[in-house]
Amino acid sequence: MTPEGLLALVLLGIAAPAVPGIAVKTKSLLTGRRGPPALQLYADLAKLVRKGRVYSRTTTLIFRAGPIVALVSLIVAALFLPLDGREAPARFAGDMVAFAGLLALGRFALVLAAMDTGSSFEGLGASREVTIATFAEPTMFLCFIALVLAAGDLTLSGILGTPLAAAWPHAGASLSLVGVSLFVLLLAENSRVPVDDPATHLELTMIHEVIVLDHSGPDLALILYGSALKLTLFGVLVVSVLVPRAGFSGPAAVALLFAGLGIVAVAVGVVESVMARVRLVRVPQLLVGAAALALVATILQLR
Amino acid sequence: MRNAAQIVLLLVVLSDLAILGTSRLSSCIRGLAAQGFLLGLLPVLIAPHVSVHAASLAVGTVIVKAVALPWFLTWAIREAAVRREIEPIVGFIASQLLGALAVALAFAIASRLPLPGMQQPLLVPVSLATLIIGFVVLTTRRKALVQVVGYLILENGIYLFGLTQTESVPFLIELGVLLDIFVGVFIMGIVVFHINREFDSLDSTRLTELSD
Repeated sequence: MTPEGLLALVLLGIAAPAVPGIAVKTKSLLTGRRGPPALQLYADLAKLVRKGRVYSRTTTLIFRAGPIVALVSLIVAALFLPLDGREAPARFAGDMVAFAGLLALGRFALVLAAMDTGSSFEGLGASREVTIATFAEPTMFLCFIALVLAAGDLTLSGILGTPLAAAWPHAGASLSLVGVSLFVLLLAENSRVPVDDPATHLELTMIHEVIVLDHSGPDLALILYGSALKLTLFGVLVVSVLVPRAGFSGPAAVALLFAGLGIVAVAVGVVESVMARVRLVRVPQLLVGAAALALVATILQLR
Repeated sequence: MRNAAQIVLLLVVLSDLAILGTSRLSSCIRGLAAQGFLLGLLPVLIAPHVSVHAASLAVGTVIVKAVALPWFLTWAIREAAVRREIEPIVGFIASQLLGALAVALAFAIASRLPLPGMQQPLLVPVSLATLIIGFVVLTTRRKALVQVVGYLILENGIYLFGLTQTESVPFLIELGVLLDIFVGVFIMGIVVFHINREFDSLDSTRLTELSD
């Protein structure tokens, strides 16, 4: 592992809260409002950490463990991503399954915590969150299959690193399809428009926001930071597929990654300002569309 | 040029899938227009050198497939006042999955088709995929206008297959085919208009009630 990679990991952890901030700022500017500052989430986190926790008497240990498990699983997942475009801190054959599993574990912890509150609203949100995940996960694996076939490597370091860069000249069309599919996945997994609207505060229309309603203080801070980190991780996936950085020197590759993350955040903001949230029954169709794209990409590789 | 043609062919597949997944008739027609435009680009991109033949075929295709037919279909939905395909026989998710399956099938078949002197490896699979998806749209939708769209997608598939032979097919025959389609769709449009006036609906399943 290169020192740039380690530095990039630390920087990623620090910069994560800015990514949703940039998306919100873009949306505000495009819709003619001023919006909160791009770094608002840092202030929110600082405020929440200093507050006290409130626990309902209905909740048990599961509720308290939820935010911690969710955040830790995301941090471990981040270790598998080659941030400098070459090599990840941790790698083994088939680690993309571990990556997907860790993301699923984080979601599972939050969903269990939501069910633990005994609130009917949170149960509703938990069921929706899991439904969307059911459709999102096959798409993610199809994307990984296409990438594995293109790069001929079984590690995330390989399919997002040097072998992928070598595959771009002859598999560009297929890889761009994977990139688009991953972007739709990013919107779905992180509860952004058109799948969920993070700006609403009406329990019946929101998905991710509703399952964290009962968390308070430092717990909520962990969850908010976790959501930002998850968005950033998916951003890293999209950027790594669309802009292979193995040809650049370490610092340049890291700089390119963060520039790419900024562009992804702006793209999320643009999507949010030009689209409305789709009806819940139409969400699976959106994700099946993304899966179809990934399937076509896979077929192109198999040819 | 070769890469550009590949990307255009992929976009054709994507427009197929987009048409399969949408319920709004106007987006269906918009998808069809986009596909027609992409098909118009192909003769120029595929031809080894830019010829009058390829260029005029491109212009003819764009005029008929991307401008005239979509304009006519838009007129038809405005006259018939239909907006959406409400309940297709096969749902939108299932038909999109069918579309992805069709693409897989097309690639499997195309890899077994021995075609001599192929410049474009993607051309045959994409044409087969478009053919099958046209069939799917034609058979699984109830609204007569969407069935016309399905017919046109089917025809686009045949056109793509014909592109493998552009060099040897005379220009007049190709123009003739384009004209035939135009007239065919025109007649379909008039039929659709009459179905609508007779039954107050474009649901083609109700044609079974016809009697004298």
